[in-house]
Amino acid sequence: MSPLLFLDILIGGLMMGGLYALIAVGLSLQYGVARVLNVSHGEFIMLGAFATYSLYLLFGINPLLSLVMTGPFIFFLGFLIHRTLFKRLRRLSPSLDAFEGSSLLASFGLLFIIQNVALLTWGPDVKGYSYLSKPVNFFGAVYAANRLVALLFAILIGLIFYFFLMRTRTGKAIRAAAQDVTTAQLMGVNIHWVLGLCFGLGALMAGFAGSLTSMMFEITPLIGLPYTIIAIISVVLGGLGNILGSLMGGLILGLIGNIVMYIHPGLSLIAYYIIFLLLLLIKPTGIFGK
Amino acid sequence: MRILEGEGVRKNFGGLAAIAEVSFHINQGEILGLIGPNGAGKTTLFNLISGSLAPTAGIIRFKGENITGMKPHQICKRGMARTFQLVKLFGNMTVLQNILLGSLFGTPKSILQSDAVNDSSKLLEIVGLSGMGTILAKDLTIVNQKRLEVARALATKPELLLLDEFMAGLTPTEVSLAIELIKKIRDRGITVFMIEHVMKAMMSVSDRIIVLHYGEKIAEGIPDEIATNPIVIEIYLGA
Amino acid sequence: MRRAISKKFFYPVLVIFFSMIMVMMPPYVSPYTIILLNSIFMYIVLTVSWALFSGPTHYLSLASAAFFGIGIYVSAILGDKLPLLVVIGLGGFISFLLALLVGLSSLRLRGMYFTIFTFGLSELIRHSVQWWEVNRTGTVGRWVIGVDHTTVYYIMLAILLITLVVAYILKHSKYGLALLSIGESEEAADHIGINVNAMKIITFAISTFFMGTTGAIMATRWTYIDPSIAFNPLFSFMPVLMAIFGGIGHIFGQILGASVLTLLADVLLTKFPYYYMLLYGMILVIVVLFLPKGLTGLKEEVKKWQEGRSFK
Repeated sequence: MSPLLFLDILIGGLMMGGLYALIAVGLSLQYGVARVLNVSHGEFIMLGAFATYSLYLLFGINPLLSLVMTGPFIFFLGFLIHRTLFKRLRRLSPSLDAFEGSSLLASFGLLFIIQNVALLTWGPDVKGYSYLSKPVNFFGAVYAANRLVALLFAILIGLIFYFFLMRTRTGKAIRAAAQDVTTAQLMGVNIHWVLGLCFGLGALMAGFAGSLTSMMFEITPLIGLPYTIIAIISVVLGGLGNILGSLMGGLILGLIGNIVMYIHPGLSLIAYYIIFLLLLLIKPTGIFGK
Repeated sequence: MRILEGEGVRKNFGGLAAIAEVSFHINQGEILGLIGPNGAGKTTLFNLISGSLAPTAGIIRFKGENITGMKPHQICKRGMARTFQLVKLFGNMTVLQNILLGSLFGTPKSILQSDAVNDSSKLLEIVGLSGMGTILAKDLTIVNQKRLEVARALATKPELLLLDEFMAGLTPTEVSLAIELIKKIRDRGITVFMIEHVMKAMMSVSDRIIVLHYGEKIAEGIPDEIATNPIVIEIYLGA
Repeated sequence: MRRAISKKFFYPVLVIFFSMIMVMMPPYVSPYTIILLNSIFMYIVLTVSWALFSGPTHYLSLASAAFFGIGIYVSAILGDKLPLLVVIGLGGFISFLLALLVGLSSLRLRGMYFTIFTFGLSELIRHSVQWWEVNRTGTVGRWVIGVDHTTVYYIMLAILLITLVVAYILKHSKYGLALLSIGESEEAADHIGINVNAMKIITFAISTFFMGTTGAIMATRWTYIDPSIAFNPLFSFMPVLMAIFGGIGHIFGQILGASVLTLLADVLLTKFPYYYMLLYGMILVIVVLFLPKGLTGLKEEVKKWQEGRSFK
């Protein structure tokens, strides 16, 4: 294999992986800390995509700029949903297992609700817009400029988040809560606020990913679920509860997907599922899990 | 007759030996006590005997048969039952249903539902839970939950009963009642192997005592010998 | 004493009564009604068989679509080669075998891991069949030998009644009690002589048998099937929603949930497809939040609320 082809596969894989990493971290925040396996995660991606799309089409707002506008809104939406729905559910559940089960079901309900509100609002037709679509030469291969920019922004968001997680007090609180909620509470962490914050941040990541997606791909209200599945696989790959592990999981999955696509297109999804199932059977705690 | 024997039993978790080359035996009809500081491996040993865990090495024999590596339900049907340090009841089922399950599934030959109900009702009285048959297990006080767990274990008609910290958290009065219950159990022909921290109770009711420390058996003998054993005294007072 | 007897026989008598009506119905109603009833029977079977295992053990399986779909494909592939009843039996039997395999391999998975495993499995099967059909068989979908509505109706009714009888007998037997205990504490159940692994696997497999037979017969009604129809994840989600909505703890609740929601879908689906799914979502959230015991629990909730009021 020529080094150029190898590089091409690598970069292409990282492009997808960067996006996957973003949504995986989002889901990991929601499951690892708030203990909600949010199957409606992909719907927040879809909302971010449509928000950016609408802003671009209606007001001509630069998609990258719209990140700043749609972000807070989606964060707030996620925070609100946690406060009203999942917080109450947690209070009512007799055990953590029961809560995980009922929150899973509740998030299914959310999935139906959000997806169909979107279908009613925007209709089922494929939509898209053109932004930075001119081809660019990068390390010998040709990519659309928007893909490179999306990758750049994904990395940027990831770095900012990493800094936030590692260097700020709130980030420390989140990491503590991800490890052990009870002890974190005993150490003075305002746990309900942190849980809501994490859920909101998770939604925010999804929203960002969606906005970036809308630059590169066509969108419909149904794009959510496949991304959710990828997020779940990435999170399990990295180890449930390990926020940074899920980031690695997303990158790895993107790379594998791209490699499989070169060997035989149409098999990437099957490859994902096989990896997923084998992982659950052999090492459910993930590659980086305890 | 030695109803239970362990030879060179070892259990490793990763690099750590939770149980290191422990050999022991229980004579039929006796009450054998198991003591040791926290983390000594007492519950781990019970888990190895009851089938929850498989030993890394060594042999465990029950009534002469090699039961090493058998599943708990297989061992139960051969006549061994246990209670747990943290009570594991069927919380959303009634007291009677908890005991009934032991009666229906714990014996090698299946029994009639009506016989099982009769046996279970009798057991209710023996452990002191008369009249509470229809209460949900999760609504019982902790003392009664422990009693229920014993009743459920007895329902499987065991010849050997493993009690894991049965008296933890009981008041002195409750401890006396518990001792009475254990004696009643022994009088019915059931051998008892018990982990306990309540020393006074242990000394008064056990025929022999084994002491574990860091996964090793460091002493074995009748209560008086153990109480005056300098090594035992040191690990309890010195640690 | 009299009340105790009549309560125990209430539901079985009710079911027998309704079955007799159902058996006699076809000549007197429109084909549309028969088709609707077929759908209702189908969802009742899926819901009751799902709840057979997942109800007491709390192992939330999302693989119902896989086993239902297998039944459909058995019908599609063998429908023209073997007699109808044999095909239906095979649909159930192959599902049963696959379930045994799945159960054996996923023994150590608990809670959320088990759930996402079953979902992943179902989706893997869907995508794999699709890939195989497109790349190896050279088709997208398949045609199934059609069977007239009335025959489908009677077969579906028979499957329904067998499923209900099996579910009822299981629930009221010592094995039903054992399944509940597994849902409470597997370790304790194992220690009182219950072969937990065997019981889980066999119960799971039995539940999928009914799903497979249902798929095999319903395929003959749809006549054209493809992987996205046969293995549609909705066939995994709906039984869960229906059971929880109606009341997962009682067979009657499962029947109620399936019937009500299928009727609702029939009313809304043609005219307001997006509203209908939206409504489903809202019902799910409301039930999880306020009615964890479903409709059958509503009676209890109302009673408790009334008792609470009387103390004021």
